[in-house]
Amino acid sequence: MKKTIFVLGLAVAFPLVMNALDQTFYIGFGARVLIYAMAAASLNLVLGYGGMVSFGHAAFFGAGAYVTGILAVEGLRSAWIAWPAALAVAAAAALVIGALSLRTRGVYFIMITLAFAQMMYYVFVSLKAYGGDDGLSLPGRSTLGFGLELGDELTWYYVVLVLLAAVLYLLHRIVHSRFGRVIEAIRENETRAAAIGYPVYGYKLACFVISGAIAGLAGALIANQSSYVGPGLLHWVQSGTLMIMVILGGVGRFWGAPIGAAVLLTLEETLSGSEALGQYALHWQLPVGVVLLAIVLYAPQGIAGLIAGRRRA
Amino acid sequence: MTAILFLEQTLNGVQFGLMLFLLAAGLTLVFGIMDMINLAHGSLYMIGAYLMAALAQATGSFWVALPLALLATALVGAALEVTILRRLYERDHLSQVLATFALILIANEVVRLIWGSQPILLNAPAGLTGPVELPGGMQYASYRLAIIAVGLAVAVLLYILVTKTRVGMLVRAGASNREMATAMGVDIRRLFTAVFAIGAALCGLAGAMLGPILAVQVGMGENILILAFVVIVIGGIGSIRGAFVGALLVGLVDTMGRALLPMFFAAFFPPQVASNLGPSLSSIMIYVLMAAVLFFRPQGLFPARG
Repeated sequence: MKKTIFVLGLAVAFPLVMNALDQTFYIGFGARVLIYAMAAASLNLVLGYGGMVSFGHAAFFGAGAYVTGILAVEGLRSAWIAWPAALAVAAAAALVIGALSLRTRGVYFIMITLAFAQMMYYVFVSLKAYGGDDGLSLPGRSTLGFGLELGDELTWYYVVLVLLAAVLYLLHRIVHSRFGRVIEAIRENETRAAAIGYPVYGYKLACFVISGAIAGLAGALIANQSSYVGPGLLHWVQSGTLMIMVILGGVGRFWGAPIGAAVLLTLEETLSGSEALGQYALHWQLPVGVVLLAIVLYAPQGIAGLIAGRRRA
Repeated sequence: MTAILFLEQTLNGVQFGLMLFLLAAGLTLVFGIMDMINLAHGSLYMIGAYLMAALAQATGSFWVALPLALLATALVGAALEVTILRRLYERDHLSQVLATFALILIANEVVRLIWGSQPILLNAPAGLTGPVELPGGMQYASYRLAIIAVGLAVAVLLYILVTKTRVGMLVRAGASNREMATAMGVDIRRLFTAVFAIGAALCGLAGAMLGPILAVQVGMGENILILAFVVIVIGGIGSIRGAFVGALLVGLVDTMGRALLPMFFAAFFPPQVASNLGPSLSSIMIYVLMAAVLFFRPQGLFPARG
């Protein structure tokens, strides 16, 4: 509980501090971190708690983004319609992809989810009516009503924060519910869970759909964040990046995904804009790679595991 | 007209498939024997292409540079295995994904630091630059024919290596049951390094041969890596024979789909629909193929583990 209040306080204070320091650029960066934290947290539900290594999560993330983008271009900019629509379409996609993919397991599951994501990637690449390869520029952010202007960075940040907090609360409830226990039991021993009488396939599919829906919501937000959607959001490297965030933070640890998203994006941001590195800042991916490698070799439980381990010692 | 186009696309498909096989062969062995997901396999392909381009420029001869580039890529692969990858065999797949993803980032930037961001040029060897006339009066690029010849030769060599030699026996033993092979006294550590070096050399060969056709640039390994994964999943993980069949299937389906599907749609649909539908469906074809294979044969076409 203490930890939650601390993290929440930090997230609430962040844009105010940046405002005071006249670094308003970083408020937008903060919102981006929160959105990726949501996407990574949705992946952590299937990956960490469910033990289903989905290598195609960008499909749901990108689907949500495209639904929002296409609706906005067609003149429908209300967040109350666009965001639930993004969520619903992503959930439907997860239902179809999950129903087929969950018939396989292990490495084959990894590859078949990847295959479906790549299919969707090429569908959007060839969707010439909505930008095709070049992507789609949105006329502006969604409208929320209540006198809230989402174009304002500070308002936008807090709206994203409220949504992330709601999603994390929901995930917390799910993970600690009976449903969550069954999901973890299936991860530990599927045969035994089936023998006790749980409909394993149904539980896994439900978990997969919930996760896809949340990723779709995160996608709707990322489309708003940059007022742009492109097929790059569905590319396999995007799926890989979400996976990296989860692994970096700590697989199956509740705070793992947010920590991983924050650390990876902060590393990228500081290294790519670093003046100390001079012309070598262009090569920021090199130190990022070295840090990732060091974490795998020396901190097998991720950063969240590192923190928890040290406190226990 | 259509027959010649069909033949030409078939040859292109075989040529692409054989190069995919070079990548997939190493990948499937590493995956099958060491149970290791190596995303950095595509980076070895890129490194091979760059080393080849640099060596070809330094020596002035394609054929002198080729063996040197293969040797150098094999050494890079072996060094990678001994220093880093060896420590990942006992870890779960997720750690391997993260670590080898990190290696991709590192390899890309190191290459960019050395050779810059611009694609570099690698010319086809002198004497293989023009077209040749095939029986039947068809013109076909001689260099592409050379690629097909090299690919087939390597496939035969690999077949002999795997089925007729002692090393091949150990490799097969490792792929079908690793614990049992260790228990029978196989020096797994040395075998792993050797397999990895061979896989790297095959990557280097693919990179070197495809260099003159495709652009030698940073990031060239990422897209072809996914295709190689599709190949080994279709073929069955750990099976060289599966990799061969899978690679030819993927190469043919991909190339033929790109060439023929748009024409097919143009015949039945209005041009606007056809120009949208054709390219998208042909890119999706190989993934549909993989999903279909996994649906009916969840272990791939030629499962290595009995």
